[in-house]
Amino acid sequence: MSLQRLLAILTARNLEFWRDRSALSWNIAFPVLIVFGFAFAFSTGGPDLFKVGVLEHSPATPAMARFTALEHIQFIPVEQVETAVTKVERHQLDMLVDGASGRYWINDRSANGYVLEKLLRGAAVEGGLSKQTVTGEALRYVDWLIPGVLGMNVMFSSLFGVGYTIVRYRKNGVLKRLKATPLTALEFLSAQVASRLWLIVSVTSLVYAGTNLLVNFRMYGSYLTLFLVLLVGTFSLICLSLIIAARLASEETANGLLNMISWPMMMLSGVWFSLEGSPQIIQQAALLFPLTHMINAARAVMIDGAGLLDITPELLIMLVMSALFMTIGARCFRWE
Amino acid sequence: MSPILQVDNLVKHFGSVEAVNGVSFSIRRGTCFGLLGPNGAGKTTTVEIMEGITPPTAGGILYREQPIGQAFREQAGIMFQETSLQEYIRVGETLKLFQRFYDHTRPLDELIERCALGEFLDRDVRRLSGGQRQRLLLAIALINDPEIVFLDEPTTGLDPQARRNFWQLVNDIKQEQKTLVLTTHYMEEAYELCDEIAIMDHGRIIAQGTPQALLKQHFDTSVISLPRADLPPDLEQVTGLQLHPHNDQVEIFSHDLNRTIRILIERHVPLTHLQVRSRTLEDLFLELTGRDLRS
Repeated sequence: MSLQRLLAILTARNLEFWRDRSALSWNIAFPVLIVFGFAFAFSTGGPDLFKVGVLEHSPATPAMARFTALEHIQFIPVEQVETAVTKVERHQLDMLVDGASGRYWINDRSANGYVLEKLLRGAAVEGGLSKQTVTGEALRYVDWLIPGVLGMNVMFSSLFGVGYTIVRYRKNGVLKRLKATPLTALEFLSAQVASRLWLIVSVTSLVYAGTNLLVNFRMYGSYLTLFLVLLVGTFSLICLSLIIAARLASEETANGLLNMISWPMMMLSGVWFSLEGSPQIIQQAALLFPLTHMINAARAVMIDGAGLLDITPELLIMLVMSALFMTIGARCFRWE
Repeated sequence: MSPILQVDNLVKHFGSVEAVNGVSFSIRRGTCFGLLGPNGAGKTTTVEIMEGITPPTAGGILYREQPIGQAFREQAGIMFQETSLQEYIRVGETLKLFQRFYDHTRPLDELIERCALGEFLDRDVRRLSGGQRQRLLLAIALINDPEIVFLDEPTTGLDPQARRNFWQLVNDIKQEQKTLVLTTHYMEEAYELCDEIAIMDHGRIIAQGTPQALLKQHFDTSVISLPRADLPPDLEQVTGLQLHPHNDQVEIFSHDLNRTIRILIERHVPLTHLQVRSRTLEDLFLELTGRDLRS
């Protein structure tokens, strides 16, 4: 491998990207917008878990008064029993209570209704229990979400930024021209990977830092370890895109394939919600995606304060995946 | 002297289409070899196999008596018929990019001057005119000071002046004793530049030799051209001359110009618009295939 040739094509790719203002703006603006958007949407705390309709007209019994004083339940005043009961039927309300009579309505099929009934009955009975308290900062949904959203953006930027570009080069003949030079496929692919890697790592780091100033994420681990997770995770996702880019010459087909990979990965890698409690087969399928390991490792560092040793298995899995993807991508690669 | 490039029984099939079907020839060092033929004749496929871009279905290529390898990549300059360069990169940057691919290169200043690229070195390659673009692609093909240069239809789409300028560039390269492989469907271009030509049709070579030798081999006539309106209707019957109507002109193929013109004068044919020309490669192709070259 010639370092001179690798650096030459790397420089050209960086220049091309830097001067393509629309691509540049999009690659920077999109992660900023999406992370800021989610950060603000969820930084004020999550919504109340339960919704209970309360008939307005009457004073409450002592048990009802204790129930309606509970926190983290949204109590919504209602006037007409019939309308409110319909909402309970349709799961728009989890429960309806009449404070004066002590009557309440729940839907037998509503899990929330079941829990609320237990709470209501518990409020009616006093004593016998001993309360212990602990203190600590609440983990906001945004703290849990940010590693996922940043990871998702890294995934899209890696897959489309490299895969799509190589397919375009092949389609318009740039690769054919390069093939006629001493440049090898390995040199060319390495340059594409390196170019995208530094770009994504830089942009993601900037977006993280900028958003953190406003939202102040929970970060209990080491920034260096988190950076390593970003580096290895991005590398593995870029290598995955090389397989898509290996032979295709149609941007439309490439687009379809990239979507076919990225959407399941986004849904199953724990970007938006935890897969704990989901069927075992789903959880195991998610482990096939490098994004799952990247997000798991990032969350472990940020939320649990995990050290390098704790996330070594995730890093090793991503490195093995990278080697596998790179080998397949390079072996299948065609200039035309 | 051993040939610099030897093509041996080359075959290329694309599915059921036989693009190249048993082509063999060799190219002498320091000569310009022309591969001629109409669109679809198989000349671009042949030349791309010779360049190592497309693998053949059968047959082989030897460069300096060796199969094509890394040495060939270092010593060959290639100008494709259709190619793109990386977008948003300027002319000067593109030259530097390709220069860094090779171990041995020409000085950029010399290339820039030779190909007249100095005025637009800072221009994005997407904003070049057709002629400027072809000169840049030629400069890229020459950047490694190649032993052999492939030019695949380099002047297609250029206006006549740009084409003439390009020919001058190619002639300059010839002066340096470089070996040139040129594909074209412009017969005038082939006649101007090539030392030897091979005419291809339907994936086969149908004639090969120097342009002059091929014309001499196939033709011993000159062509007299006159407006159809100036000729008496019974000229062919009375004189025995062979007339070939061509639009509003009539062409007379003559073995003896003096005798033919004397006959025309005797028949009181006005000679004001008379034109005489030698037979061309275009005529040769028509003679060999019955079709026009650019059909």
